[in-house]
Amino acid sequence: MADTADVVIIGAGALGAACAYFATEQGLRVHIVERGEVAGGTTSACEGNLLVSDKEAGHELDLALYSNQVWRRDLAPHNHLWEFENKGGLIVAATESGAQNLAELARRQRDAGIDVTDVAADEVHAYEPHLTKNLTAAAHYPQDCQVQPMLMAAQLIRIARERGARIWTRTEVTDLHRDGDSVTGVVTSRGTIHADHVINAAGTWAGDIAQLAGVHVPILPRRGFVLITEPLPRTVFHKVYSGDYVASTTSSDEGLQTSTVIEGTRAGTILIGSSRERVGFDATVSLPALRQIAAKALILYPVLAKTKIMRNYHGFRPYCADHLPVIGHDPRAPGMWHAAGHEGAGIGLSVGSAKLLVQQLTGREPDLDLTPFAPERFDLVEAS
Amino acid sequence: MTEHPRDITATSPRYDVAVVGAGPAGLAAAVTAAEAGCRVVLVDAGQQPGGQYWRHPDETAPRGDESLGHHDWSTFAGLRTRLHGLVRRQRITYLPRRQVWFVQRPSTGDEPPAHTLHLTTAYAGADGGDDGPDAVTGDAVILCPGGYDRQLPIPGWDLPGVMAAGGVQALLKGHRTVAGRRAIVAGTGPFLLPVATGLAQAGADVVAVCEAGSITGWSRDPLAAAAVPGKGREALEYATALIRHRIPYRQRTAITAIRGTDTVQSVELSRLDREGRIRKQAGTVDVDLVALGWGFTPSLELVTATGAATRKDIDDSLVAVVDEEQRATVPGIYVAGEATGVGGAVLAVAEGELAGLITARDQRAAVSQESVRALQKRITRHRRFAAAMHTAHPVPRHWHDWLHPETTVCRCEEVSYQQVCGARDDLGAGDARTVKLMARPGMGWCQGRVCGFASAKLAAAREGRALTADDLRPTAKQPFAAPISLEQLAEGPQHE
Repeated sequence: MADTADVVIIGAGALGAACAYFATEQGLRVHIVERGEVAGGTTSACEGNLLVSDKEAGHELDLALYSNQVWRRDLAPHNHLWEFENKGGLIVAATESGAQNLAELARRQRDAGIDVTDVAADEVHAYEPHLTKNLTAAAHYPQDCQVQPMLMAAQLIRIARERGARIWTRTEVTDLHRDGDSVTGVVTSRGTIHADHVINAAGTWAGDIAQLAGVHVPILPRRGFVLITEPLPRTVFHKVYSGDYVASTTSSDEGLQTSTVIEGTRAGTILIGSSRERVGFDATVSLPALRQIAAKALILYPVLAKTKIMRNYHGFRPYCADHLPVIGHDPRAPGMWHAAGHEGAGIGLSVGSAKLLVQQLTGREPDLDLTPFAPERFDLVEAS
Repeated sequence: MTEHPRDITATSPRYDVAVVGAGPAGLAAAVTAAEAGCRVVLVDAGQQPGGQYWRHPDETAPRGDESLGHHDWSTFAGLRTRLHGLVRRQRITYLPRRQVWFVQRPSTGDEPPAHTLHLTTAYAGADGGDDGPDAVTGDAVILCPGGYDRQLPIPGWDLPGVMAAGGVQALLKGHRTVAGRRAIVAGTGPFLLPVATGLAQAGADVVAVCEAGSITGWSRDPLAAAAVPGKGREALEYATALIRHRIPYRQRTAITAIRGTDTVQSVELSRLDREGRIRKQAGTVDVDLVALGWGFTPSLELVTATGAATRKDIDDSLVAVVDEEQRATVPGIYVAGEATGVGGAVLAVAEGELAGLITARDQRAAVSQESVRALQKRITRHRRFAAAMHTAHPVPRHWHDWLHPETTVCRCEEVSYQQVCGARDDLGAGDARTVKLMARPGMGWCQGRVCGFASAKLAAAREGRALTADDLRPTAKQPFAAPISLEQLAEGPQHE
């Protein structure tokens, strides 16, 4: 394989797939290089959330709202391919102070453009009949959606291939082809591909790729576990989570944190999360983490007490210290682009991120300012 | 019995040796280690000892014919007598009806590196009474999880009346129940013979045994067979029984489709070439019971839960890597029986005994080196025999040619052959794990225990390459070795 392309994308997860889709839409010749299989990394170990509800006002929320539109408009013809479901989210509170915090969160989010309905304690069960009776308040987010993430990545790549993209799985990028500081292609275990642009969509491993270009992109793994139940008749209708979830996604604590997130899937199983731990790439199953997740889930859904857990899985979220992804051109290594570091929101944010990146790459003004996501921002922080 | 407080943070009862499984390997391991002086706990999912191989009617209602259909019952009777004696003398803590749902690895610095086995009741519906401890800890753990029927989808295999050969055998041995009146036994390997003769002895009309391979396959390593004369005698007895019951034995013949509306009505037979392709149709036979035997799949979830290395065996099963003393690649973990390679009960007993001796020796018991060497020799002989058997009776290489696009591959999730192919052809799934993630075979109740082997084979065949251990690992790896209720999971300590 000695080839040339307009764009080489490193990584065939959600971000790489979305970049391939939007780049080929612009007529670019794309090669995707993937060390493992399609959607085999963090994309295969997440829930497929497209959420606006779990975000405080700010840059990430702006991106989430933009991405939400991309899902609904740009991808509308394809959404059936990946089980897109506009199921809506429901945040619940179980204490008086929790209810107050939730009301304030909802107010801030409403100001930032999120569609949110306050739900009184006695109305919650119209949304979720099986929830515990011991709730003080809830908030409903009709914009929240879910997809099957592996299908989403694989189908976007399939469409990109139909438009001429090529994919190399089981092919590792061992080096970058350089011309001075500029990046002009990739060296892989199967040969070199020359390209005008290289997009680093290597997820939790994107820091290693950045290093090959001599630039620093500090993305770290943040481990999470999910429990999966036996298939049940529909019991959970929305994405249901407790108010402390928003706090835990935005926390930077290294230790084990859990907060309840529960949702049903089309297959009838219920996914129960979530945990966050900074333990490197340690793949040992942590029983205490699973026990905490289970205990907290039962507080919201006592009805699930006898439900059998069939399996659990874990993944490594690509985590940046400021909880913002890295999107766009890297001026330190011309030709190098990044689309990574979306932590637990990568599926939802993937298509918006990719569309914006491709706008920038093709010389257009991005619909949303990418400055907050600039790859070199960490150098500035660390230098100051 | 040892005390077993509910709080297991520091106090799950600790034993010198924890043995999982009370089949041939586990029984031998437990009694051998206990007789050598170790404190042993024996955890088993069954109601009574014996495992799948020595399955027999309920011992609480004895009927005098419990050995019916068994070949080496005296071996079992001997092991069971020793077990009961050791349990009485409190040298073995025997925990039936318990299964391991989680293996907790040793804490750093723990010497010896003890594993804790978290247990749950093995019978759904059994009331929640305190059926034993929630966890036990073993300085050494001997895993003897056995195996289960390997199944291959073919058109119509999901009709009622189609059973795995091992399932037919289990009904005969455990309940004296014949699953049909007019039966056909098909697949490959010597196990088809006891199933056919067992059915005939129990009164079923067995219309044929269809062997996809050929007995001439054995000629490739005649010495392997000669080294285990007991097996030859056994084969001869079965052959005689087939003749007595006038059961035709058809080689290079397979059931390539099963027909029926609500239940099995008939099967289509085909003659196969050496690669398992259909050479010509060989007629249709009316039956109400189809017993399909394609060998066995070892249960590897506990092995993988310890982090021990696995490999692909000669019969395309994923098995534990063990050394000549049954040690897995993780300190403190030993494996015996089918999980080290499918090879039958005699081999399993030898491996179990060896593992029992070695764990005792590792814990400074006096063990005769001569016994160790004698067992190792026996194991080598039987391994060679098993290898010759697997070589003579492979899963037909082109078995997937028999499938139709709509043939169900995964019954739990209702995934068709066409969908499995689509995951690869349309979505680029290049290995079994990705096929599973995209098309869902193996994601349902059985977690791939039924279709895992077949899905792995299909994924590899579709890519035009040989099956690899990596294709088999996604099914073998089960972070929960058994389902557990949310309530039960929530019960234990939530901090390290």
